[in-house]
Amino acid sequence: MNDTIVAISTAMGVGAISIIRLSGEDSIKIANSIFSNDLENVNSHTINYGYIKNNDEIIDEVLVSVMKSPRTYTTEDIVEINCHGGIATTNKVLELLIKQGARLAEPGEFTKRAFLNGRIDLAKSEAVMDLIESKTETSRKLAIAGLEGKTSKMIENFRNDIKDLISRVEVNIDYPEYYDIEVMTIDKIKDKVKELKETLEIIIKESKNTKILKQGIDTLIIGRPNVGKSSILNKFLDEEKAIVTDIAGTTRDIVEGEVLLNNIPLNIIDTAGIRTTEDIVEQKGVEKSISLIDKADLVIVVLNSNENLTGEDKEILEKTKDKTTIVVLNKNDLEQKISKEDLKDYNVVSTNTNSNEGINSLKEKIIELFNLEQIESKDYNYLTNIRQITKAEQALEKLNDVEKGINNDLPIDMIEIDLRDCFDLLGEIIGKTYSDEIIDHLFEKFCVGK
Amino acid sequence: MKYEAIVVGGGHAGCEASLALARKGHKTLLVTGSINNIADMPCNPSIGGPAKGIVVREIDALGGEMGRCADKGAIQVKMLNTKKGPAVQALRAQEDKTVYPKEMLKTLQKEDNLNIKESLAEHLIVEDNKIKGVILEDGTRVEADVVVLTTGTYLKGMILVGDKKTPGGPHGEKDSKFLSTDLKELGFNILRLKTGTPPRVDIDSIDYEKTSIEPGDDKELTFSFDNKAYYDYKNQIPCHLIYTNKTTHDIINEHLKESSMYGGYAEGVGPRYCPSIEDKVVRFSDKERHQLFLEPEAATNDDPEYGNTIYIQGFSTSMPEYVQEKMVHSLQGLENAKILKYAYAIEYDAIDSRQLKQSLETKLVEGLFTAGQINGTSGYEEAAGQGLIAGINAALKLENKEPLILKRNEAYLGVLIDDLVTKGVKDPYRLLTSRAEYRLLLRHDNADIRLRDYGYKIGLIDEEKNKQFQKKKEDIEEVYKILKETRITPKKETNEKLEKIGTTPLKDGISLYELLKRPEISIENIKEFIELDYNYDVLEQVEINTRYEGYIKKALKEAEKMLNLENKLIPENINYEDIPNIASEARQKLSEIRPTSLGQASRISGVNPADISILMVYLRKNGKYE
Repeated sequence: MNDTIVAISTAMGVGAISIIRLSGEDSIKIANSIFSNDLENVNSHTINYGYIKNNDEIIDEVLVSVMKSPRTYTTEDIVEINCHGGIATTNKVLELLIKQGARLAEPGEFTKRAFLNGRIDLAKSEAVMDLIESKTETSRKLAIAGLEGKTSKMIENFRNDIKDLISRVEVNIDYPEYYDIEVMTIDKIKDKVKELKETLEIIIKESKNTKILKQGIDTLIIGRPNVGKSSILNKFLDEEKAIVTDIAGTTRDIVEGEVLLNNIPLNIIDTAGIRTTEDIVEQKGVEKSISLIDKADLVIVVLNSNENLTGEDKEILEKTKDKTTIVVLNKNDLEQKISKEDLKDYNVVSTNTNSNEGINSLKEKIIELFNLEQIESKDYNYLTNIRQITKAEQALEKLNDVEKGINNDLPIDMIEIDLRDCFDLLGEIIGKTYSDEIIDHLFEKFCVGK
Repeated sequence: MKYEAIVVGGGHAGCEASLALARKGHKTLLVTGSINNIADMPCNPSIGGPAKGIVVREIDALGGEMGRCADKGAIQVKMLNTKKGPAVQALRAQEDKTVYPKEMLKTLQKEDNLNIKESLAEHLIVEDNKIKGVILEDGTRVEADVVVLTTGTYLKGMILVGDKKTPGGPHGEKDSKFLSTDLKELGFNILRLKTGTPPRVDIDSIDYEKTSIEPGDDKELTFSFDNKAYYDYKNQIPCHLIYTNKTTHDIINEHLKESSMYGGYAEGVGPRYCPSIEDKVVRFSDKERHQLFLEPEAATNDDPEYGNTIYIQGFSTSMPEYVQEKMVHSLQGLENAKILKYAYAIEYDAIDSRQLKQSLETKLVEGLFTAGQINGTSGYEEAAGQGLIAGINAALKLENKEPLILKRNEAYLGVLIDDLVTKGVKDPYRLLTSRAEYRLLLRHDNADIRLRDYGYKIGLIDEEKNKQFQKKKEDIEEVYKILKETRITPKKETNEKLEKIGTTPLKDGISLYELLKRPEISIENIKEFIELDYNYDVLEQVEINTRYEGYIKKALKEAEKMLNLENKLIPENINYEDIPNIASEARQKLSEIRPTSLGQASRISGVNPADISILMVYLRKNGKYE
């Protein structure tokens, strides 16, 4: 826990300056060992001018900030060295620091320490990570909104509503004969829970949009061999002329390319063989694609409109029924054999890979389906990562259980169990678990006692 | 004089502690300021209520006496929260303030191993941080290997009425002047707490026409698993309900500064859950009225002490006597009421309960146990429960055995003690159902299922009671088996019956067990399909456990998660200074309280989840636990 970590905290590349940051017990000692002047006896929160030296060789002329525990980002001793940019120099300084005993930080480790040391709450630390990882301007704004604690505040408010409801139930239970206190009947709870559920549903829906803002839309292109999938992909990529990444072997090895659509990344997921047509590999590709349907935010099903629907096509359509799906009827310049009736439940775009119009209408459809134009204008006031969204979804599930319990005429002590679980889950989103909160609230609010 | 154990104080905690020690075969001396006031009820004339009623059941399940004595003294009994579900139901009985203590005294006097001495303990004898005995007010040294302090409000007790301060107890008894000083010198942090009672008025001076009646339940109910009722449920003595009004509030506001509390005469911290009427009027000034219950203090008028007194529950005050007269006479129906005993507040010393182990033994002095108000709690039931546990653990200590520590998912007593030793108190602590995380598991109906085996193992439940209990458990299993094995099919006759009950008819065959899972089906309904010749409490277990199975399973799963953290023990010799990066507040709290497990650590206020993660990482890294 207490070893000293180091990392280059500015983006790599040719900037005016680069900052190398150290955090941990030995930060000052380590920096001092390669600095021209004495750092061990300077005041906290000072900037010090001098040289970085490797024995007698001067590496760079730098400014060194010394910030002593506990009033620092990680609450540990922190040293920041402002080097003159340039990859070679910065790397050299980093190397020296590691040689002196610092350990190269893992991604996000400074923030992790800030969290573990109680400096920032969970939602905030997640926001910092989001900020570091943000890909677009929109996601950067979102991360900042999270960082300022807007997320925490929103969940806090929602959680307070539940706390209030629970306290009302509790006061009836612990003080049963107080006739002037409103009795929280099942009907009253029912209305309130309905209202809360609707709010939470909106929060989750909007949050999923913000997840899309930040991490992009995971898009799966699926279809039988030789229906034109690769042409559509290539068209997409060519059109945007930009971000093609081949990150094979990483956790995102299935991402073939990234396209920015209205400033939203579209992560195109593909399977083996999309570039090699007509071979056995692609045959297996269909099976693999089907297994990926669940993970995708958007599924683009490509059909050859010149052929009748095959069993395989039908299987794909069946599997994508509940997803956000766009069916692309390719080869619309040939005879149309697929009946519109079979696809009446789907969003259909007709195209042929030789024209740009088809691709454009596909893009428009995506923008429409994901409300991308509207997302831009939002307040960015939502849950910004999967952990938070999952907890919120679990909390919503608890509210559903409350409703179920009410509909089954279960007594209030059972129903209250789910309410409390919901309260706890919301607390977990913002890293708050104070067990006496409800009791404190109860006594503040109600006049009870012998 | 030499005993194995000494119990100081004859209140609800002291009685249970003495009985547990004596019944486990240890020569015990009970030192009390007044034999006449043993098991006295100086406050409200009732036992039980939400959470507290369940504690009484737990005491009974473990082999304590409060439940049985309360059954003897009951004059009106009610099951509360019946409409709110099985988890929160609790019994409350109005008690005869003479019968209850008399019954308890009789029980104490029957124990061969127990001597009762009327005196005050003024000093502790401590050598090498071990208790050796006590010194009485007359200088007598009494030696013992364990001592249980259950001093109630008697440590520097001070009665407050307006600006008047009188040292002593509620009946004019002497207070203990030096014991808390001894404790302080031994290193205990001493708190000053306060509680209060309302005025008592003459039963015949009330105009009952102007009140509304509050009767008991129309059936026989008991605390004890002996299931023996001593009152006539058809002739219960009712309580009456009245309200304060604007005049009352005006009087209070006008004389506010004359009360001990608002006049600055009181030092102690009063309970949040039991505020004085002045507090209620000030803090909730928008409320137009506050309800008051008129509660009888005895069964008959023949009772010389309590026969003609009515306790005005909800009207506790520390106003001077002449203001109390005005206040009482402003109440509807009490215009001409005669006050027989004025209200008073009482201040007393208590210790910081975080200086206790989960066994209720003090961390500072080996063999010294404390229970009841000295630990910062309030309430007869909370006191009796702690007394029982302290008594049991003092006895186990004498026997060189592991202490009995009930977990939060096992008993309200577990919740109570864990809260005390982990969180400490600022104001007198009262149990509430909301303090229990797993209250669906801690029900009124299953207290014996949860705890009786412990009681038997410890030796406070005799063979016969144990046999009965084992039979009950067997019967429950039998009923499950019958219900699971008996199937009903969608025959016309069956479906007609089901429709008559008000539930959907069958399409396929189901077992009676599955039928009972339907929320609208009770075990009584099941009896229409099969004969079930079992006691009500057997069938009740089956009904509750079947009908709420889903929720109970959920609670069990949550409890398991908690136990997981509870089983991660923190070594006793841990030095929190060695652990880097723990927030300084958390470090201080952890060093003070020295939790025994990560679970307990996580419940300390000021120790947040990040500190727990760090602590967990530290322990794992240093191989401190598996």
